[in-house]
Amino acid sequence: MFEAIAFYLFAFLTITMFYIAVTTSQALYALSSLAAGMIFISAFFFILGADFLGAVQIVVYSGAVMALYAFGMMFFDTTRDVKEKQGNKAIILGLSILSAILIVVIVSAPIVGNNIEAFYPMTEGAGNVQEVGMVLFTKYLVPFEVAAVMLLVAMVAGIVLAGKKMDLSLTLMTEAEILMMKEEDKNKKALS
Amino acid sequence: MEMAYFIETIIKIVVVLLIFSALAGIGTYFERKVLAFMQRRLGPVNVGPFGLLQVAADGIKLFTKEDIVPTNVVSRVFKIAPVITAATAFMAAAAIPFLPSFTLFGYEVHPIVADINIGILYILGIMGVGLYGPLLAGMASANKFSLLSAARGAAVFISYEVITGLSILAPIMMVGSLSLIDFNQYQSSGITSWIVWSQPVAFVLFWIAAFAETGRTPFHLIANDHEIIDGFGTEYSGMRWGLFFIGEYANMFFISFVISILFLGGYGDGSFLGALGLLGKVAFFFFFFLWTRAAWPDVRPDQLMWLCWKVLMPIAVLNILITAIVMM
Repeated sequence: MFEAIAFYLFAFLTITMFYIAVTTSQALYALSSLAAGMIFISAFFFILGADFLGAVQIVVYSGAVMALYAFGMMFFDTTRDVKEKQGNKAIILGLSILSAILIVVIVSAPIVGNNIEAFYPMTEGAGNVQEVGMVLFTKYLVPFEVAAVMLLVAMVAGIVLAGKKMDLSLTLMTEAEILMMKEEDKNKKALS
Repeated sequence: MEMAYFIETIIKIVVVLLIFSALAGIGTYFERKVLAFMQRRLGPVNVGPFGLLQVAADGIKLFTKEDIVPTNVVSRVFKIAPVITAATAFMAAAAIPFLPSFTLFGYEVHPIVADINIGILYILGIMGVGLYGPLLAGMASANKFSLLSAARGAAVFISYEVITGLSILAPIMMVGSLSLIDFNQYQSSGITSWIVWSQPVAFVLFWIAAFAETGRTPFHLIANDHEIIDGFGTEYSGMRWGLFFIGEYANMFFISFVISILFLGGYGDGSFLGALGLLGKVAFFFFFFLWTRAAWPDVRPDQLMWLCWKVLMPIAVLNILITAIVMM
């Protein structure tokens, strides 16, 4: 009974939150409800007994939406409404409903068609983390490693793009050196 | 059966909520007294014996003060931000075993609200969500200094979350579980089995990161002390500000519990002495938070980032590597 109550409660909350995220014209409302929705989704993992995935959902998405907040801080005055350009509302509505139905059909078709069963049934006595680890490091080892390499590439690229004056430290420089650096920057801008 | 479990859980939640809300208030009294002692002042003395009723006076003031919502703020987000700080602090407490299990009126009580087998990951995740409180408060306040403090706070929290996660990884590899109760069992055979002896580096790193997670003094960047402004809490008044306060102090207590259980043996073998030992360790860590505040100035934001990314993170990664090699 409690499971049913929890499921309907969190289903309602999640859908409401994402609805607000889509419809509001206030950047801060949109971001906050997006974050809240992402965190409420973790409740479904907890209800299903997948504690590990639930916690990971919270950790990953709360951090990811945090980055969106940083962008919001940079690009908008988040306390004001954003004026959105809106085209034909009927087309937007139709397309979004169509794509939603398509996604549901695509995802649920194999479930209905083949009666999918779990490849790796639960091992007796093994915890949630161990289960995920076993599948991750046997069947899905290659995708896992590829994802790791991709993240490494992204990290190196990020450092190279962002770290233009990484060898300098304002903490260790004297006032005169900082002033000289600023002068050089000005000259460069004037030249270009 | 299910009903009994349900009622038991509700009672545990209420008890934890009441005790730690009250402790947050008493914590402010201790903070004032300890700081006063270290700075050769008297601290609160006028209200009640030894100034003890100062806590009650502050509480009455906070509850009865007018709740002001300034004109230009994003009012809904502004109102919900303090609730996030306080609520997430208490949600994180759900997976902390506060005492060993004991028998009360013939009924065995486990003083942990939910013994999920991923305890430490859950606690760190929820504490990470807790930083939405200051962030949202700063962004919704329509105040430049609040916004500055929110940005700074988010940067600090995100950076130090890396340290927390990485430093805890080596002990987790040794114990082979994420549950705090398993951590406790691993160290239950006496002082020599404490993880702090085999993982001193991880212990120090986690302790440093705990100061950043709770926003305490050496890393107290979420309040703009140097601009003589309270940072994200500037626009708040009354109980909304009080909720930030309760959240901060509850977090200090909970992180003290987590450090004691992870590295210092927790409640040991579960005897009465062990339980007292756990409370003593928690009291020491709480006192250490206050001690640092009296002894150290705040560090600059750029020094903080330098410390995090160029010193602590490489050490944490090396620690994991060495632990892995030794374990193999």
